[in-house]
Amino acid sequence: MISLSQVVKRYPGGYEALKQVSLEIAAGEMVCITGPSGAGKSTLLKLVAAVEKPTSGSVVVSGQNVARLRPRAVPYFRRVFGLIFQDQKLLYDRSAFDNVALPLQIQGYDSKDAARRVRAALDKVGLLGREKAMPVALSGGEQQRLCIARAIVHRPKILVADEPTGNLDARHAIELASLFRSFNQVGVTVIVATHDAQLAEALRPRHVRLEGGAIAASEHAPASAAEATPS
Amino acid sequence: MKRWLAHHGRAVTSAFRRLARAPFAALFNVLVIGIALALPVALYTVIYNVQLWSQHLPGDPQITLFLDRDATRTDAADIERKLKQRDDLKKVAFVSRDQALQELQRSTGLKDVLQGLERNPLPDAFIVEARDVSSATLEPLRAQLSKWPKVERAQLDSIWAKRLEAVLRTARIAVFVLATLLAFALVAVTFNTIRLQILTQRADIEVAQLFGATASFIRRPFLYDGALLGALGGVAGCAIVGGTVVLLNRELAPLSDLYGMLVALRPVVWTDLLAVFAFSGFLGWMGAWLSVSRHLASTASR
Repeated sequence: MISLSQVVKRYPGGYEALKQVSLEIAAGEMVCITGPSGAGKSTLLKLVAAVEKPTSGSVVVSGQNVARLRPRAVPYFRRVFGLIFQDQKLLYDRSAFDNVALPLQIQGYDSKDAARRVRAALDKVGLLGREKAMPVALSGGEQQRLCIARAIVHRPKILVADEPTGNLDARHAIELASLFRSFNQVGVTVIVATHDAQLAEALRPRHVRLEGGAIAASEHAPASAAEATPS
Repeated sequence: MKRWLAHHGRAVTSAFRRLARAPFAALFNVLVIGIALALPVALYTVIYNVQLWSQHLPGDPQITLFLDRDATRTDAADIERKLKQRDDLKKVAFVSRDQALQELQRSTGLKDVLQGLERNPLPDAFIVEARDVSSATLEPLRAQLSKWPKVERAQLDSIWAKRLEAVLRTARIAVFVLATLLAFALVAVTFNTIRLQILTQRADIEVAQLFGATASFIRRPFLYDGALLGALGGVAGCAIVGGTVVLLNRELAPLSDLYGMLVALRPVVWTDLLAVFAFSGFLGWMGAWLSVSRHLASTASR
């Protein structure tokens, strides 16, 4: 489903974030990308979601080459993804409900249908009672879960999370891991970039380790690992 | 269709909401545009009024020959015969001094004043129209006729109408140029206003883009903002000119009574308002379009 081959990303100024990275991710797979900061984890995710374009090499998602995507096609391409960002990117002048409703508004859902889906997503992350709250009124863990609700509300095929635990404590990391696993179980491809060993451990997915812009290790978890491990 | 309506409905409400959120800033923006637009609208109104007035003037230039005060009926008949012999004249009409006095009484309303005069101060006159009305032939003709015996003065009158016409044409070009310049100014004002709005909503735009918003989704609310700003500015401009005309007309009313003729500026009417409203709304829309497009181009993925 996602295939990177010999991907190089060089930023203006010459910094090379990714050096000849090749990686295959199958549909329905859960992949955890680990590595120290500056290893190129965020860059990798940005290339997959067409936020940035590779300098060379190809990134192919569902048969579409991201580098050759026409600008007009990019928005529609992105709707396949649910994105969770390191810096959250919540909109602080809108309620929790409106934040989650945004992707549906963009895709033109009618407001009744949208409201139902928004409540379902909020329910999924345990924020149903807080839909009218403004993001600042939510705790760090709640804000993070709000981001997840926003990322899954339009039922994306691929969930991409960049450092979802941010600076949350260990208990929240476990909570997030079980959420991600539940999405993966219903067939969503999940890609998580983290330096949080606890989260990576809790997810028990396939691990890809990036170091200095190159893949240092790629280890396949046992096929049944996700099901076998009690959550 | 339903989806399209929902998108637009949302954009309109958000445009009004943003306007309401910063009413003072919006008010000043509207005023800037309004004042800028008031200039060409005012000039247009003036020209329109002058033109309206000038239509009452006779179209073809005429030469009026005023006879000496002591010219007798025989002198007049003599001159008439000489005039009618010329084949470069199209029309020769005699206006006796009595006729002229009556005409003056009728058209000016100065009846009481004129009746108080001991004797008629007006001379007999001929009004002639030449076949060739170019000023190159009219002026020599006038000079020639004025040298005739018993002719006191020959006056080329309606050439004024032509001159006025030329002046109006020039003025209309000036208004056109001014309006064009100010149209650019209006686009620039909305461009910058919308740019500021974009900067304050940068985060919203970025997030919307990351979740698959198309360029038109991002653009739409700003376009409504720009159009609303321009249109309201247009209304403000019309209000400024309309108010001025009303004030001026109030001052002109006593003048009308004094001169016994209607001296009044035509007020700004609905069609003017509608035209300015649509035009300035369109310009605002264009400014916003340019502004958002520039922003989108600068944030396109690399």
